[in-house]
Amino acid sequence: MSTQPGDTAPDQVARLLALVPYLLARGEVRLDDAAAHFGTDADQIERDLRLLFMTGVSPGLPGDLIEVDLEALEGDRIIRVDNADYLARPVRFSPAEATSLVVALRTMVEAAPEEARDVIERTLTKLEQAAGQDGEGLLRLHVTPTPLEASAVVPVLEAALAHGRQVEITYYVPSRDQESQRLVDPRGLARVEDLLYLDAWCHTAQGDRAFRVDRILSARELDTPVADPGARARDLTGGWFTDAETTTVTLRLAPPARWVVEYYQVTAQRPGPDGTIDVDLEVASEQWVQSLLLRLAPHATLLAPAHFADAFTAAARATLNLYEDDGVDLS
Amino acid sequence: MAQPRAERLMNLHILLLGAKRFIGKDAIREACYADHPRNATGDEAFERAFERDKDALRQIGAVIEVGSADAFFDDEIGYRIPTEQTSLPEIRFESDEAAVLGLAAQVWQQATLAKATGRALAKLKGQGVEIDPSRLEVVAPAITADEPAFEPLWDAVGKRRQVSFPYQRASETEPTTRRVQPWGLARSSGRWYVVGFDVDRGAERVFRLSRIVGPVRASGRSGAYDVPPGTDVRAVARRLSPSFPSVRAEIRVRQGTGLGLRRRAESVAPIEERPGWDRVVVEGPVHEVSDDVLTYGADVVVEAPESLRDEVVSRLRAVAEGPR
Repeated sequence: MSTQPGDTAPDQVARLLALVPYLLARGEVRLDDAAAHFGTDADQIERDLRLLFMTGVSPGLPGDLIEVDLEALEGDRIIRVDNADYLARPVRFSPAEATSLVVALRTMVEAAPEEARDVIERTLTKLEQAAGQDGEGLLRLHVTPTPLEASAVVPVLEAALAHGRQVEITYYVPSRDQESQRLVDPRGLARVEDLLYLDAWCHTAQGDRAFRVDRILSARELDTPVADPGARARDLTGGWFTDAETTTVTLRLAPPARWVVEYYQVTAQRPGPDGTIDVDLEVASEQWVQSLLLRLAPHATLLAPAHFADAFTAAARATLNLYEDDGVDLS
Repeated sequence: MAQPRAERLMNLHILLLGAKRFIGKDAIREACYADHPRNATGDEAFERAFERDKDALRQIGAVIEVGSADAFFDDEIGYRIPTEQTSLPEIRFESDEAAVLGLAAQVWQQATLAKATGRALAKLKGQGVEIDPSRLEVVAPAITADEPAFEPLWDAVGKRRQVSFPYQRASETEPTTRRVQPWGLARSSGRWYVVGFDVDRGAERVFRLSRIVGPVRASGRSGAYDVPPGTDVRAVARRLSPSFPSVRAEIRVRQGTGLGLRRRAESVAPIEERPGWDRVVVEGPVHEVSDDVLTYGADVVVEAPESLRDEVVSRLRAVAEGPR
C-alpha cells in the first residue's frame, strides 16, 4: 500500500472523507467514473478504498468494519461500499480550505472581464455563506492581483509552450521607450526574484532573447510549430546578459535608493560612507543607466565609469533648461 | 506491523464522530493507539501522536469538542466530533458556477494553498457537484508566493501562534529580530506582506515577506492570541505602508517618446503652439509620478501642479550641480 511522494496520511483521510459520501449517494459507481469525477487516477482511488476496508466503528470487531466489495472492485472495477452511513456527508471546510477557495474567487472577480463577474460573484456568495456569518470561518488573506497576474499573457505563453508553437508578442522596451512586434519560439518561463521571464529564440532579432513577461503587452499563439522543438530553456538564474555586450557600472545608493539591490541583478555590493551602499551592475545600455539614475535622483551617484557620469549630469542640465524656458525660476 | 497513520486517523475520526458522550482519553487510547505500551515512553509517545492526530483532523475540517468524559468526576477529559457542526452544509451550484470552481483551482501557484483549494473542491465533489472548468472562457489569474517565509507565516496565522524572524529594513544595514503575532497576509503590487502585532513595539505592524532574511520560527501554544475583531489586513497594509498623496499631473511629452506614461494616461493631445509635443494627463502618487517623469529626462516636462514641478526641478538641480 505505497503512497505517492508528498501524499501524507491526512491527505489520504481527507480524500476518503470526500469520496465515501459520493459513493454512498450512488450505491454503485464504476471505478473509472469515480476517478474522473475527482480528477484523479483509478489507482489512487483503489489504494484509498483498501485503507477504508481496514477501518470501522470499533477496530477489531469484523461486523462493524466498513464493507468494501473487493471482488467487485478487482473483477468488474465497480465500487460498492456499505456499513458507512455515518460518513454520508463530507466534512465541512477547514478555515484554511475555505479561505484559499474564497480568496481565489475574490481574486478572479477582480481580474475577470465584465461579462464573467456575475457568475463568479454568485459562486462566491454561496461559498462565503458556507464559511459562516461575516466570514468568521475565514482566515485573513487578501490579494490584489497585479496587471501581470490578472493578464492573459502567461496562460497564452504556457499553452504555446505546451503545444510547441510559435508566438507573436508585442513587447515594450523602456530603455528605448519603444513597442515592437516580435515573432518568437518560446522555450520556457523562468522566475528570477520578483520577475517572470520568457526565454525564446527571437526570429525578429535573429537571436536568443529573454523577455520580461510584465513588458509583453499582448501575446498570440500561432498555428506554426517552433523551428527547433528540442531546444531547451537556458538557465536564466545565473549570468544574465551573457549574450549581450555589457559594461560594469558602480553606483552609490543612499537608503531611499536601496531597492535597486532587490530589483536588478547586482554583481557585487560593499558598504559605502554614511549608510550608503556601493553596488556593481552589469548593464547593456547607457541610456538605461541614465534613466535609472534620473528616476533615483538625487539618491544615487554614479562612481564609474566617469564618462557615464558626465553624460548623466549633462542630461539633468538639459532637462532643467526646459523648465527655464518655461519661465521657472531656477535661481 | 504498526498500523499506518492514515488508518489510525480514520478510526479516530469515526470513533469520535457523532458520539453521544465525550469519549475519555483512555478509551481512545484503547481503541486507536493500542500500539503504544503502557509505560513512561509509551505514554509520552501516545500523547504526542494523539495531539498530532487531533491537529490533523482539525486541519481536515473536523470540529473536535472537549469536555468531561465522566458525569460525576470532571477530571477525565473526553472528546467528540458533533456530526452536524462537522458536516458540510449542502450547497447547490448551477453548472456555470461549478465551472468557476474549477477555475479557482488554478489560481494558487503556492503548494499549500493549492492543496487546500483542492481539498475544498473535493468536498464539493463529494456532495456530487460536477466541476468542469472548460465550460467557461475565462483566464484564471495565477497568484504565486515564492517567499520562503510565506508557508510558516500562513501556518502561524491558521494556528494563531507567535513567530519570530530576522527582518532587514531597507534603511538599516543589519537585520533585526522581530517577534510578531501574525493576524493575516496581504498581497499588493506583486509583494506579500504580513500584518500583525509586534510584541516588542506593542503596536500593529506590516512586514514585507521579501525582507524576512532568515527562518520564521513559531513558538508557544496554538490560539495564543485573538485577532482584533474586524481586522482588515488589506486596510492595515495600506495604512501602514508608506504612501503619498495622489496627484493629477499635466505633463508635456515629446512625440514618439514617453510610451510608459502614455499607456497609463487619462488623455493625450497634441499642443498646437508647440509642434512635436503632446500634453498628457496622468494620475498617481506624487512620488511615483515624479519618479516616472524624471526617468524620461529631457523628453518630459511637468506643467502642473506647481508642487510636482518644484519637486522634479529640485531633484534635477541636486544632480546637475554635480557630486555633493
